[in-house]
Amino acid sequence: MSPLPQASREAMERLVADCRALAARAAQRVGGRVHLMEVCGTHSHAIARAGIRALLGDDVRLVSGPGCPVCVTDAGQIDLCLQVAQRPNTILATFGDMVRVPGSEGSLADVRARGGRVKVVYSPMEVLTVAQQEPQCDVVMAGVGFETTAPTIACMVQEAARLGLRNVLLLSAHKLVPPALSALLAAEEVRLHGLICPGHVSVVIGSNAYRGLADEHGVPCVVAGFEPADILLTIRMLLQQVADGDARVENAYRRAVTPEGNRRAVEAMYSVFDVDEASWRGIGVIPGSGLALRDEWSAFDVMDRFGLVTPEVRDHPACHCGEVLRGARLPAECAAFGKACTPARPLGPCMVSSEGACAAEYRYRAA
Amino acid sequence: MCLAVPGRVERIEESVAVVDVGGATVRVRLDLCPDAVEGEWVLVHAGFALEKVDEEYAKETLALLAEMDSLKDALPEGAP
Amino acid sequence: MRPETRDSELVVLGHGGGGRLMQELIDDCLAVLGPANGLGQLNDAAYLELSGGERLAFTTDSFVVSPLLFPGGDVGRLAVCGTVNDLAAMGAQPLGLSLGLVVEEGLERETLAQITASIRGACEEAGAKIVTGDTKVVERGAADRLFINTSGVGLVPPGVELGGERAREGDVVLVNGPLADHALAILAAREELPLQGDFRSDCAPLNGLVAAMLAAGGGSVHTIRDLTRGGLAAALNEIARQSGAHLEIVEETVPLRPAAKAACDLLGYDPLTMANEGKLLALVAPERANDVLDAMQAHALGREAAAIGEVKGLGERRVTARTALGPTRIVDLPSGELLPRIC
Repeated sequence: MSPLPQASREAMERLVADCRALAARAAQRVGGRVHLMEVCGTHSHAIARAGIRALLGDDVRLVSGPGCPVCVTDAGQIDLCLQVAQRPNTILATFGDMVRVPGSEGSLADVRARGGRVKVVYSPMEVLTVAQQEPQCDVVMAGVGFETTAPTIACMVQEAARLGLRNVLLLSAHKLVPPALSALLAAEEVRLHGLICPGHVSVVIGSNAYRGLADEHGVPCVVAGFEPADILLTIRMLLQQVADGDARVENAYRRAVTPEGNRRAVEAMYSVFDVDEASWRGIGVIPGSGLALRDEWSAFDVMDRFGLVTPEVRDHPACHCGEVLRGARLPAECAAFGKACTPARPLGPCMVSSEGACAAEYRYRAA
Repeated sequence: MCLAVPGRVERIEESVAVVDVGGATVRVRLDLCPDAVEGEWVLVHAGFALEKVDEEYAKETLALLAEMDSLKDALPEGAP
Repeated sequence: MRPETRDSELVVLGHGGGGRLMQELIDDCLAVLGPANGLGQLNDAAYLELSGGERLAFTTDSFVVSPLLFPGGDVGRLAVCGTVNDLAAMGAQPLGLSLGLVVEEGLERETLAQITASIRGACEEAGAKIVTGDTKVVERGAADRLFINTSGVGLVPPGVELGGERAREGDVVLVNGPLADHALAILAAREELPLQGDFRSDCAPLNGLVAAMLAAGGGSVHTIRDLTRGGLAAALNEIARQSGAHLEIVEETVPLRPAAKAACDLLGYDPLTMANEGKLLALVAPERANDVLDAMQAHALGREAAAIGEVKGLGERRVTARTALGPTRIVDLPSGELLPRIC
């Protein structure tokens, strides 16, 4: 029995009907459209694929959020990855969807065309195998990802130490989600009435992690799974809260998410990383929102080993990824969307990453 | 990167589980989920078992959705 | 930011990917070479008319797959099947194939022998003959182990007219079986697939299947297309471009083996864009579609054949997919580098 909630067409229609009815009541209460943020890029993808935006009707506006780790990686760090990949005797290891993100001088794909060594990995543990096979090369992992992925990178570092591998390095661009949400809510650029909280980040950090947001900002937070039924159940719960004037944390993904999360994963993460400030593309520097290697692991820090400095990079003038990441603009509201900016010729990361809101919207754009 | 898929643990070989993700298997590290046992469902992410999937809660959601089938003739006001 | 565009000074891997970038590279070449019958049509093979009214089909293909050997086949089998299938897509049975080898110094003689045996086996299966060839050896580093070019000539039965430009409103889209197997087999052979399972290339000669389809459907079969790089999505978009047609598929009806689905789900791949080497699509007029489908299912290479969509109309060039929950999405020509050196 698969644990995935497959719903019949009737059940889905019923859920949609419930949501629409609740949306009308919620809209009345807030005096306008209800704004819900899809925090996580994988949710944006699932929502676009299921056509949920259109199904909900005009009382609800689903906006995208900063939950695409590749999209929020500082442009300067993208350029650092390109620099590293071009160094002699160096292999840059990366998750797949970083490969086509445009930096100042092309993408990692372009660097590969010019002879740079770029290795796509599914698991960070593959880095260790490469490092063992190529002892004369430095293998640098581009550490991009939130709390879902950071614990796996932490395990990579710990195992590298256990194996005595001196040629494994990390470029940490890891980030934490709740501080970014806090910053967005505090900035009040977009009036958000509810948050669809990321499912797999929450597996690690637990649903309690959003209590602060609900209490301080009066915003309902519901943790969602990734099937269309999961997402509609979540939206129904959010709209119910908005209609009732509530602001609580609820968990609609209980089959995988507990209130405390995965303690072991959190411990692994914080035994290797310290919390630091981080620069989020499109948002700016957010204190306490990033992960940096702890001093005792600094031998693995590529910034130290290679003496790197993160360059300041301007975004393409026609690129509105920042606003999309902050929920201030929908992909379809970007003048470049589908014209100057397409998956074949992306201006910014939101169109290239598999979790980018623009990529999701483009791939599943209605005929 | 938030992509994680559920799979069933076929067998455990030291700190690695062989997980059936529906027609194929993945070898995943158990560092983050050391008490997974054969037959259980886990979430697979980046070559690791991230967490166990609770079958009781999974069934609960399925039951909730099944219930909606029987209510399909009673749509609330304002439904399209 | 300088994204990968036609203005980049270098050819990038994506230009060989079977998708949009490759289309642009080919368009650039065509602009210089000038349109010609066949090249202009962009079908799998060109029709050549002889003075007696008979027609030949002529095609060429180069094979640079890495690695040379993979589950379900090797570069030799690929080279024969690829060319036989391009001829078959135009309704032709192979008369003769050429075999051109570029061998890198240092290739093991035994590997070459294995590949040659494979070529022979594939020829026997297809009823094809290698009638001429050429061999070059280049110094280490000048080629990656072995590159093969095959060209093929076939006889087109009288009355058979197939082409991507011949789609008609109402045509049913048929495929002969599950997709994405070849691409996944190559990834598995490159140890780039973090899954273990039965990943085997579907590499096979389809000329026998095509003969059965034409016997069942005759002139109602308008188009047959060999699905290779860029997968179903590329082939559908090419046909839309050639015919000015709107083609729509129903996602749930596209056959996919469970292992392939698991791999695509885990890695975020779109099965519609992944390479095949033993799959074709056909556009058949609705009144004969069931007959053709029956004939396919009766054939060893079509047991899992399925109807997956239709030509909605002519006039608007697009490819759409109806998804499980109803909303219809656009299926683009895949962009850039999918999986390099897949065939």
